[in-house]
Amino acid sequence: MLHQASLPDALESRGISRRDFISFCSAVLATLALPQRYLGQVADALTKTTRPIVVWLEFQDCAGNTESVLRSSDPTVADIVLDLLSWEYHETIMAGAGKQAEDALHRVVTEEKGKYIAIVEGSIPTAEGGVYCTIGGRSALDIATEVCRNSAANIAVGACAWDGGLVRSNPNPTGAVGLQEAVPGISVVNLGGCPHNVANTAAVLVHYLTFKELPALDQYNRPLFAYGNIIHDQCERRAHYDAGRFVEAWGDEGSRKGYCLYKMGCKGPDATYNCPTVRWNSGTSWPVKSGHGCIACASHRFWDTMSPFYKPLPEVAGFGADVTAEKIGWGLVGAAAAATAAHGLVSITRNRRKTTSRAKVEPTSPDVAQPVEPRS
Amino acid sequence: MARVVIDPVTRIEGHLRIEAEVDGGMVTEAWSSGTMFRGIELIVRDRDPREAWLWTQRICGVCTMVHALASVRAVENALQIEVPDNARLVRNIIAATQHIQDHVIHFYHLHALDWVDVTSALKADPAKTSQLAESISAWPKSSTTYFKGVLDRVKKLVDSGQLSLFSSGYWGHPAYRLPPEANLMAVAHYLEALEFQRDFIRIHAVLGGKNPHLQTFLVGGMTTSMDTNEPNAPLNPERFDLIANIAKTAKTFVDQVLIPDVLAVAGFYSDWFSIGAGPGNYLTYGSFPQGKVSETDKFFMQQGIILNNDLTKVYPVDPGRVAEYVTHSWYEYSDGDQAAKAPSVGETNPKYTGPKPPFEFLEVDKKYSWLKAPRYDDQVMEVGPLSRMLVAYASGNQEVKTMVDGVLAKFNAPPTALVSTLGRIAARALETQLLSNHLSEWIEELRGNMNSGDLRMHNGEKWDPGTWPDSVRGFGLFEAPRGALGHWVEIENKVIKNYQAVVPTTWNAGPRDAKGQRGPYEMALLKTPIADPERPLEILRTLHSFDPCLACAVHVVDARGRKRAYLPAFQ
Repeated sequence: MLHQASLPDALESRGISRRDFISFCSAVLATLALPQRYLGQVADALTKTTRPIVVWLEFQDCAGNTESVLRSSDPTVADIVLDLLSWEYHETIMAGAGKQAEDALHRVVTEEKGKYIAIVEGSIPTAEGGVYCTIGGRSALDIATEVCRNSAANIAVGACAWDGGLVRSNPNPTGAVGLQEAVPGISVVNLGGCPHNVANTAAVLVHYLTFKELPALDQYNRPLFAYGNIIHDQCERRAHYDAGRFVEAWGDEGSRKGYCLYKMGCKGPDATYNCPTVRWNSGTSWPVKSGHGCIACASHRFWDTMSPFYKPLPEVAGFGADVTAEKIGWGLVGAAAAATAAHGLVSITRNRRKTTSRAKVEPTSPDVAQPVEPRS
Repeated sequence: MARVVIDPVTRIEGHLRIEAEVDGGMVTEAWSSGTMFRGIELIVRDRDPREAWLWTQRICGVCTMVHALASVRAVENALQIEVPDNARLVRNIIAATQHIQDHVIHFYHLHALDWVDVTSALKADPAKTSQLAESISAWPKSSTTYFKGVLDRVKKLVDSGQLSLFSSGYWGHPAYRLPPEANLMAVAHYLEALEFQRDFIRIHAVLGGKNPHLQTFLVGGMTTSMDTNEPNAPLNPERFDLIANIAKTAKTFVDQVLIPDVLAVAGFYSDWFSIGAGPGNYLTYGSFPQGKVSETDKFFMQQGIILNNDLTKVYPVDPGRVAEYVTHSWYEYSDGDQAAKAPSVGETNPKYTGPKPPFEFLEVDKKYSWLKAPRYDDQVMEVGPLSRMLVAYASGNQEVKTMVDGVLAKFNAPPTALVSTLGRIAARALETQLLSNHLSEWIEELRGNMNSGDLRMHNGEKWDPGTWPDSVRGFGLFEAPRGALGHWVEIENKVIKNYQAVVPTTWNAGPRDAKGQRGPYEMALLKTPIADPERPLEILRTLHSFDPCLACAVHVVDARGRKRAYLPAFQ
């Protein structure tokens, strides 16, 4: 019989005090942008909950999202994620292999039908009958269909599971797609990013367990608390942008003073994510703080739409507004916001490709309209 | 005779399948198969070579950064760019951090459960566990009270009926041999290592912006500019203090926890010093440049090849002698599948001929893997920490020699004992210690440069594509935690014309070649004792000793069957 241990016991078994637990709940509320008056409700809900079962599936992945979970330490998030949930299947870290592993997954799908949470990492190849990714002799598509159609909720972590990510980039050799497209009709919460930031994933789970519903989502089924704000607006280097102080060449004086990276190709003005505030690895840093521009890794089809990564924004196909580097100023902010919102309406084709061997980026979800023509 | 199938092989990166025949209580035949690929090399074609590292880094999120560094080195080699010494140091610090991080996670979280029975820990006496711990290490977390606390945690977990990730383990298997106290100590350190690696990886956050998938590499250097007087500089005195302190904790953890644990576990399983031998040939490109990347003779870890376990001779490495077979891989060559092709003139025409999924068994007498079979001078090569340590040892690296001889003396064993499952584990642990011994000094060297006013972090002479020749080729070699890694790039008209990576796990996990020579995994599994074919724990022990990384190993494909003209010879 599963569902035995309550959360306080589970936490205590890993040496997590009540105080640490409340601190975690508080941090989650901050991530969710909810007022602290919900603290009691969150703590209460988590304390009373039984440990829901989670299975973590890996398909065409690099395990970067798995590693992101292991390496999180934003106070003990990973601990609490592991103890909040009963993690029954996860190839990278589970004890059993082969038949024992397959049995564990089979048991959850049959005995816990409709009650477990499925988390998916990696894209799913659809070409050639799925031969490009098999596990236990079954295709990834076959496994995803069975597991995600019988779950209570599905979460796609990382760019690949969301929209096919890098694997789906032109020319998409394996017919890779994200979970939502691979298994039509299921509901999926998409936590893009390369990799996902586990603070957001934990916050979604806590929200779900506390309020019995998912947080508000955008047109891509991404939670607004994490994907609703433009990086540029949250950036610690923003004041330099406003004052016209830019890194002009790698390693220059501006790079030592922490000036704005816009001219070096930073996609922050056209990207949404809470990366600048949540940061990575115990809040230690994020790419801009360490001197490199944002590559918009949480944006839709970013590999194709936001590259070339060293070209300043208006020269990138994905930038939907008519703004040039010479017009930098307050106007860009509004333009960037408009461009970000427009992502739901336009899909983007890369403008640098002249070969006919590569297909245009195609719309991936029903609410995405036809691609705009590439600019030359 | 029983056919044993392990799929998925877990506690690795990626998708690996093993089929083995078991007869008379041991493995008599084995086949290694990679069952997933993505095609990243094809995806980077026609793109800006300056950003290739961002793409290829996604080959792997476990050994993240290794493909980034090999990629920028390949492009720098093609464009003849020398990076400033500070960038060399930042890269060495990042790489050493990666090795230490990867090796610690590998031992505790990917490998330990092959040797440690979590449920046996329940029977441990905390006082005796404390005695055991204090007899082997000065690590302070060793009191009776501490181990009593860990024991209570394990007990609660087991009593809850929700063992979570441990639920599918092989507990009670007769091959587990540690006494309960050693199991309890190992479980405690499994949990402590989880904490350690989370804190330790913050070095990557400082120098890379984040981990996984660092974001500070540049063709020509790094973005991590430093300045003693700038609070907003990516590197400044505050940031140096942070990473210097973290580096010190790593040395303490490795010296006082990892090394004593590995030695203790090895003591109970010393028969595994004679199980799991691979091909006996070892290849390493050498690592941690102390000057230019081209000055391989000055590397911190030596470059070289050892043949037939003969440690008296180290042969030079000539990348031109690498060639790949597809005789048993799901690809076809234009002139037939019997001859090997050098990467420089290689072809990648995928042709899946395996059974249609769902399937029960692969057709192992035909083609059975998405991995090619790389060979050096037609010889099977093992790569990884064991290769690096053996080549360093045989090259006369005194520091390595002292460490290795010290361990061998403890077990009263000859150097040939390293040619085994336990030998790989010991070599990996010693390499972790070697690097943790030097990490702090490399950080201080970098800080010293900042303090003396040498702030150069990027060479921008060739950043503008207008300065590039019309057509140029290059390669970048690197030793990833799992072994020899090479990236090859051809740049034409400012974009990537061709790209290729030959990675460690392809060497180790590849299938048979045209001559029927088994790959290193397939060789190492032969004669592995199997107590229970239904629970083939012993196979996992030897597989995990290689630290498989399958996402890295399979990366080339053109699903539509287009031929790729590969790169002419690289030297």
